[in-house]
Amino acid sequence: MSIQALSSDGSVVIYTDRRRWLWALSLVWPVMPVAACLLASSSDNALWYWGTLVVWYVIVPVVDHVLPPDASNPPPEVVMQLDDDRYYRYLTFMTVPIHYFTLLFSAYVVGTQNLPWHAIVGLALSVGVVNGLAINTGHELGHKKPKVERWLAKIVLAVVGYGHFFIEHNRGHHKDVATPEDPASAKMGQTIYGFARSEIPGAWRRAWASEKTRLARCNQGPWTLDNEILQPLLITVPLYVALIAAFGWIMLPFLFLQAFWGWFGILSSANYIEHYGLLRQKLPSDRYEPCQPYHSWNSNHVMSNVILFNLQRHSDHHANPTRRYQSLRSFEKLPELPSGYPLMFAIALIPPLWFAVMDPKVIAWAKGDLSKLNVLPSMRETLNQRYPQVESNLT
Amino acid sequence: MSDTMSASASYQYRCPGCGYIYVPQRGEPHEGFAPGTPWSAIPDDWACPDCVVREKVDFVAEPVSSIANT
Repeated sequence: MSIQALSSDGSVVIYTDRRRWLWALSLVWPVMPVAACLLASSSDNALWYWGTLVVWYVIVPVVDHVLPPDASNPPPEVVMQLDDDRYYRYLTFMTVPIHYFTLLFSAYVVGTQNLPWHAIVGLALSVGVVNGLAINTGHELGHKKPKVERWLAKIVLAVVGYGHFFIEHNRGHHKDVATPEDPASAKMGQTIYGFARSEIPGAWRRAWASEKTRLARCNQGPWTLDNEILQPLLITVPLYVALIAAFGWIMLPFLFLQAFWGWFGILSSANYIEHYGLLRQKLPSDRYEPCQPYHSWNSNHVMSNVILFNLQRHSDHHANPTRRYQSLRSFEKLPELPSGYPLMFAIALIPPLWFAVMDPKVIAWAKGDLSKLNVLPSMRETLNQRYPQVESNLT
Repeated sequence: MSDTMSASASYQYRCPGCGYIYVPQRGEPHEGFAPGTPWSAIPDDWACPDCVVREKVDFVAEPVSSIANT
């Protein structure tokens, strides 16, 4: 399949998306825990329940580093046609029921198969990873203009109880990104644990405040079915209650663990690494400069980009939030992560390792000037001593 | 905008980032702006409902085109 378009000088541009069919793998990732359950039961080996985690934290990073990074972009002339090609969006639509199937199937296995505790932990964390991908799909859908996509975003976020993300991410994070005001932009010197402690409650608080303001303009209080935080919650709560009723109290730790890993292990981790330390400067008008491509960390690693709908082309996403995943572009000289998201998530879980990998990159981004960075206030003194380059530049 | 335009000419307001257009006649009911809500009644910190990365002050005023109204 190739696309033809006319460029401004009248010549014909032909573009073939080499990744077109690779995107179809997005229908496979969410069923990994189901496949693991089937393999575990047919081989009688409970280690399979950890299989999804091995894929995510080991196999994806290895493939990322074996394949050459892909920095190719669709030419601007074809982007409109590429965006209009419905094949790409149908893939995101089709993943939505798959996420529900995986949650229900895994809950059934946990509730009926008398698994050892470590198998339940492995399966719950696996479903958590996959439901983190559900948040990623909700993210892709929630940024789009058509109503059907915004509804599907709420539905797929509900599988992991994170419907409010649709509100806070779009109206809050994108507006305040790479400033101290945004709880979803990590500060230099902040550990992922400290970050998540303000990011997770911050997302709820800000989403609620934003929705309350919107509804007040509509002459409504927050307790209405028009509240777009309550809508997805009205899917999550009955679903989880039904699972507990059907499969017993074992569902409590199972549902808690999968939701926790979807929220923290994937979403908070993504937020943590996407803008770590980067800061938009204040303009004389006291507004922040508009978000620029250099305010996000990027990665062109192939497998993690395919699994994440190109989320790692993050600069273009923030510059053009409504642009569809197949059209997101890579640019030269952008802040680059040394690996794709999955390995960076694992590194982030070990703060000294994270600081050793990322702090020098953040310092280099600011050309040694800590005052140009989003720094955790309590760490500023320590970091000033650790990276004293500015003082030495001045003297 | 040109001063020569009559005061009654109607304007629409385009987000320079994503192309969203606020047409006062249509309003934006989901955002709480009923049809007919003039641009002056929109709060200054209101962000584009589609891309959210441009605010009211960034919007570009343009005369309502006949095409956009059909």
